[in-house]
Amino acid sequence: MTEFYGYERPDGSVGVRNHLLVIAPIDCSFEPAKRIAAQVEGAVAVTQHHGCGLDEMVANTLVGVGRNPNVAGVLLVGLGCETLTSEILAEGIESTGKPVEVVVCQHEGGTLRAIERGVRILQRMAQEVAELRREPFPLSELILAVECGGSDATSGLAANPATGIAADMLIDEGGTVIISETQEMVGAQHLLARRAVSREVAEAIYEMIERQERRMRAMGIDSRFMSKGNIEGGLTTIEEKSLGAIRKGGTRPIQGVLENSWRRLERPSRGGLWLQDGTGSDIPSMTHMIAAGAQIVTFTTGRGSTVGHAIAPVLKITGNPETYARMSDNMDIDASTILDGREPLRSVGERIFKAIIEVTSGRKTKAEALGYRGFAVFTRSRIAEHLLGFC
Amino acid sequence: MGKAVQVDGRDNVATVTSDVSEGKVVEVLSPEGDILRLRALDDISFGHKIALTDLDQGEEVVKYGETIGIASRPIRAGSWVHTHNVESARVPTSSLRRERP
Repeated sequence: MTEFYGYERPDGSVGVRNHLLVIAPIDCSFEPAKRIAAQVEGAVAVTQHHGCGLDEMVANTLVGVGRNPNVAGVLLVGLGCETLTSEILAEGIESTGKPVEVVVCQHEGGTLRAIERGVRILQRMAQEVAELRREPFPLSELILAVECGGSDATSGLAANPATGIAADMLIDEGGTVIISETQEMVGAQHLLARRAVSREVAEAIYEMIERQERRMRAMGIDSRFMSKGNIEGGLTTIEEKSLGAIRKGGTRPIQGVLENSWRRLERPSRGGLWLQDGTGSDIPSMTHMIAAGAQIVTFTTGRGSTVGHAIAPVLKITGNPETYARMSDNMDIDASTILDGREPLRSVGERIFKAIIEVTSGRKTKAEALGYRGFAVFTRSRIAEHLLGFC
Repeated sequence: MGKAVQVDGRDNVATVTSDVSEGKVVEVLSPEGDILRLRALDDISFGHKIALTDLDQGEEVVKYGETIGIASRPIRAGSWVHTHNVESARVPTSSLRRERP
């Protein structure tokens, strides 16, 4: 049985990184939050840009990120007059048992005092966190998020299917995989529904994609549309196009659809493949899967992508040989060996699986080694969702 | 010689990874590393599909181990497989299936 080396948290979850997370619940307090994080080893600051009102979808996501086992301790840095308060987020995160502290600029009397207090709190956390040691854990403790961006003709052919083999290997050892980007599943709902573990799950898949199609229709987009470029590139049907993207999640049965809304941000309740109702935008898509508990992300790309994430390591995989050669400082894994017949898919999938184990056990991805810490939260238009009858 | 990749062992089409001319032998690599050779009956561009078996009209075209469409006319092994001989098998949009108030 394969094992990875992680950090056990007080709630029994297992982190693969030991981040100290400084969360500014609103961007008004992001400057002091960034300065606090910059002063302390291993700290990273994040915020959101959807205003200071209480948008529960934003709150659920920030709480989920704070609860992610890759986060060893949390410092909330608020302004003081926001409705989405540090206390709301702290309350959501505290039950993990990890240290959670709050600094509020208006209460402290200015940013300089807030920064000083924040740095002192975080400095202490950094000292304590450094004592944690990695221990071996079974893959049942691991949640992998699969993401793709900057796709090209090689994505559906090499990088995504190879990643899918790694996803299947992880699930077969008790692990969990989350796939999101609902709009890329449109056209393949009947095929996804066929893989559902129950009738209820199949229905949830149809409902998730129906909502997405209705959103697209409201914007004047026909979800059955295939672009001229898609067809010229060799994609024959919408099913084929969607399956090429979905394949990065592998071929195992679908356990359920994870709700990602104002009501709740759902986490997988057992191992296997899960769908998340999420955005097609890469960084927020990763954030929401990480908020649902993912400790590592595989990122398949054709044209090349540079992104990393503040909370989870992002492992880049490309099937395009030119991209691998030209962007070697961004690409972790070359899957293009499939295209010229040098290596079968199975063997590339095994390499990706091995890399997942290495990275979750401590090896840095290229994006991490470059210090890339992408972060963004998404929310939906409540007005639009209300008018469409979704909330 | 042309090259092609079969993504899933159940697939009856493979994707060519270089432009292939009619009459050329194409070497198809299975996910497990087995090699199948067949002769291309058409010119096939990079990223487009070649039939691995003969398909009757109405038969399912399988890629990724799933049905990506239905053969709209008979397709011979080695032929180019695209919009001229395959149609989407997609069930009507789910919104038609169950319209909400």
